[in-house]
Amino acid sequence: MRVHLRVWRQASTESPGSFEDYDLDDVSPDMSFLEMFDTLNERLVAEGREPVAFDHDCREGICGSCGMMINGQAHGPERGTATCQLHMRKFDDGAHITVEPWRSTAFPVIKDLSVDRGAFDRIIQAGGYITAPTGSAPEANLTLVPKPVADAAMDAAACIGCGACVAACPNGAAHLFTSAKIAHLNLLPQGQPERFERVTAMVDEMERWFGSCTMHGECEVACPKEISIDFIAMMNREYIKARFKNRKLAAQVT
Amino acid sequence: MSDITLDAKVPAGPLEDKWDLHRFEMRLVAPNNKRKFEIIVVGTGLAGASAAATLGELGYNVKAFFFHDSPRRAHSIAAQGGINAAKNYKNDGDSVYRLFYDTIKGGDYRSREANTYRLAQVSVEIIDQCTAQGVPFAREYGGHLDNRSFGGAQVSRTFYARGQTGQQLLLGAYQALERQVHLGAVKQYNRTEMLDLVVKDGRAVGIVVRDLLTGEITSHSAHAVVLATGGYGNVFYLSTNAKASNATAAWRAHRRGALFANPCYTQIHPTCIPASDEFQSKLVLMSESLRNDGRVWVPQEFGDERAPNQIPASERDYFLERRYPAFGNLVPRDVASRAIKREVDAGRGVGPLKNGVYLDFADAIDRLGEQTIRERYGNLFQMYERITAEDPYQVPMRIYPAVHYTMGGLWVDYNLMSNVPGLYVIGEANFADQGANRLGASALMQGLADGYFILPYTIGDYLAGLLNTPVVPVDDPVFAEAEASVAERVRSLLAVKGHHSVDHFHRELGRIMWDNCGMARSEETLKKALAEIPELREEFHRDVRVLGDDQSLNQSLEKAGRVSDFLELAELVCLDALQREESCGGHFRVEHQTEEGEALRDDEHFAFVGAWEFEGVGERPTLHKEPLEFEFVHLAQRSYK
Repeated sequence: MRVHLRVWRQASTESPGSFEDYDLDDVSPDMSFLEMFDTLNERLVAEGREPVAFDHDCREGICGSCGMMINGQAHGPERGTATCQLHMRKFDDGAHITVEPWRSTAFPVIKDLSVDRGAFDRIIQAGGYITAPTGSAPEANLTLVPKPVADAAMDAAACIGCGACVAACPNGAAHLFTSAKIAHLNLLPQGQPERFERVTAMVDEMERWFGSCTMHGECEVACPKEISIDFIAMMNREYIKARFKNRKLAAQVT
Repeated sequence: MSDITLDAKVPAGPLEDKWDLHRFEMRLVAPNNKRKFEIIVVGTGLAGASAAATLGELGYNVKAFFFHDSPRRAHSIAAQGGINAAKNYKNDGDSVYRLFYDTIKGGDYRSREANTYRLAQVSVEIIDQCTAQGVPFAREYGGHLDNRSFGGAQVSRTFYARGQTGQQLLLGAYQALERQVHLGAVKQYNRTEMLDLVVKDGRAVGIVVRDLLTGEITSHSAHAVVLATGGYGNVFYLSTNAKASNATAAWRAHRRGALFANPCYTQIHPTCIPASDEFQSKLVLMSESLRNDGRVWVPQEFGDERAPNQIPASERDYFLERRYPAFGNLVPRDVASRAIKREVDAGRGVGPLKNGVYLDFADAIDRLGEQTIRERYGNLFQMYERITAEDPYQVPMRIYPAVHYTMGGLWVDYNLMSNVPGLYVIGEANFADQGANRLGASALMQGLADGYFILPYTIGDYLAGLLNTPVVPVDDPVFAEAEASVAERVRSLLAVKGHHSVDHFHRELGRIMWDNCGMARSEETLKKALAEIPELREEFHRDVRVLGDDQSLNQSLEKAGRVSDFLELAELVCLDALQREESCGGHFRVEHQTEEGEALRDDEHFAFVGAWEFEGVGERPTLHKEPLEFEFVHLAQRSYK
């Protein structure tokens, strides 16, 4: 099949970028979207032009490295699918495809389609963990976790940190990412001791970098792991509760 | 050739007491002295992230380097099926000894007894640790942890988090690491690739790295260097490894004196999606856990063109169940892979390219209902459907073996230290615990055992001897020399300006390796590969085309360095395969097989670890042998019948 590509090229964070057009004539419908880009890059190298930079690694939808804005949709037209798992059979022969990097102030473009998602690590550093020093853990079956709770925690924990939620959000908000981690840890009994400190620290860090949530719901649609927007509601509830509970002052009568 | 004697430093005493006694005998570093030590950790997958987090928590100054943008991208994340532990929660007769025995037998008696026993012992603590971190393992309705079974075992001891166990364990370790970063105990360097090991007076004293965004080459010194840089499966080009997984850090350490052990032990995983066309950039694994409920079969009739559901049960050959009734579809990976290859080679393959066999869930869906199967394997079925456009709830999956894991790696002693003092190697990057074949759900176990529970103790014993010794300053001539050699390599790759892309050479290398050193190897094919690889390597350095510069993100340049190292490592893999005149685990020499076509070991001549010393590119490396002594396990021909 044939495709007409418009791809965002940008030499560095500081330099201005622009679109370049490429026509590919020998695309197999069984190729993944990234394999189609491999073919493009092979051709560019053969022509003596610099290949397109893009992040990718596992190519099975779990590492969260890849991410392209494809015809204005984060990870392209297929629901619940990361760019690396999108196949060319989902496009028509002769399709025009525009490919851009994630667009968000918090994710500066490094080069072409590659962006810096370091702000996600900083949200995790602020509190996205359970403090469990190595060696201090009790026997695992000592604390029973009801199956529905474990399942809900796993639904949230499935987030791959790709950043599609931010890219899809008109406000550039990271609420789906942040709430998924908060929900994963706050749902579990092991996460209770740090529950309120966690939500406050993570939300405050998130707000340093990202926009506000106005419940457009675009993030849920774009998420390759189909993480539910319900977790954002949960995060907001947890945040309000945490603001009312100052546990350091628990003994004081207010 | 230098005078190297391989001392595995296995402690004396009864098997079950070795680790305890050793922990008591090792020197300690007092809490107030730990902050005087600098440790470098390279790689932040399961082994590296868990080690860096734990070492930071203990009070050491840790620097963690990784080429990804975030530690959460490491390829440990893609492990699907699970992690073994001898908890005996299922009350089905499991024990530390049984896990040890299964693992050593699964490895075809080519691992070190004491290491493997310790791995089984520590497995129990890993589950406790990960649960405490919030890893959402699957649960029973009563809230207890659930288990499933995996290949090579007759008990259920595999803990799992849906089909994303590696992801959840890695996120646990990553979160623990980020906590230490937040506390200032660990400094992390992302998009930074280690390109050389620095050795002074025989000790590892630091590394040279390249910032992948700016191209800047810098040195970092430390009292000890820990490599947790994964395996070298991508030497075959097409594998289940992530695209960036590479052997450069390990290979550079090898070139600086670290011995490379058992490189020919490469694992071909039986259940991957068959290649569909020449553009295929990688192969996708379907978790071994699927063999719990899926039945492997081919049509009895050659060239049977009927749709699978049109073929009655009586005309199907469930060849694993037929050949190995005791283990059935759950035989170890090497055994399953060879059996599948035999069927396809015999012309009974299925699918458009006749390059697969069926993995069929129809019986399980009848027995358990579609909902149960969806809960167990939903994400795997979805992944399969995306790639093949076939619905595995309706038609059987098609699978074929693919390169997956490498049991070989840098040689380490019982303390996980290489023969270069101060250089530790953990996880898949070392060779130690898996023997000639790794059982399913053992890689996650080993990565976390090394990182959380073994290295943090053993490294203290080495550091205690360096108390109040300053690190070698980075302006020392050894660093300058290493930096200059790294800069020269980068410059020379850009200077070739040849005709073919890096991928072109990588694909070609992969073809040579798969055809001649893949699932079946012979003296003839290996010699052929050993003739072709040096030619390809020369052509690469004469004709590779790397565009762009070395002062900004340049992914072709990154790949070129890695492929250049694969072109050297590939030769060693083939040499080792040629030297090992026996079949064991993942290493199958067609000259050495039983009448039924199973691997035929030669314990009299080959019960040793083959550790190679680098002598120069294109020069014949020197083989050093560490004899494997089995005090507790009786060596036997493996049988899964």
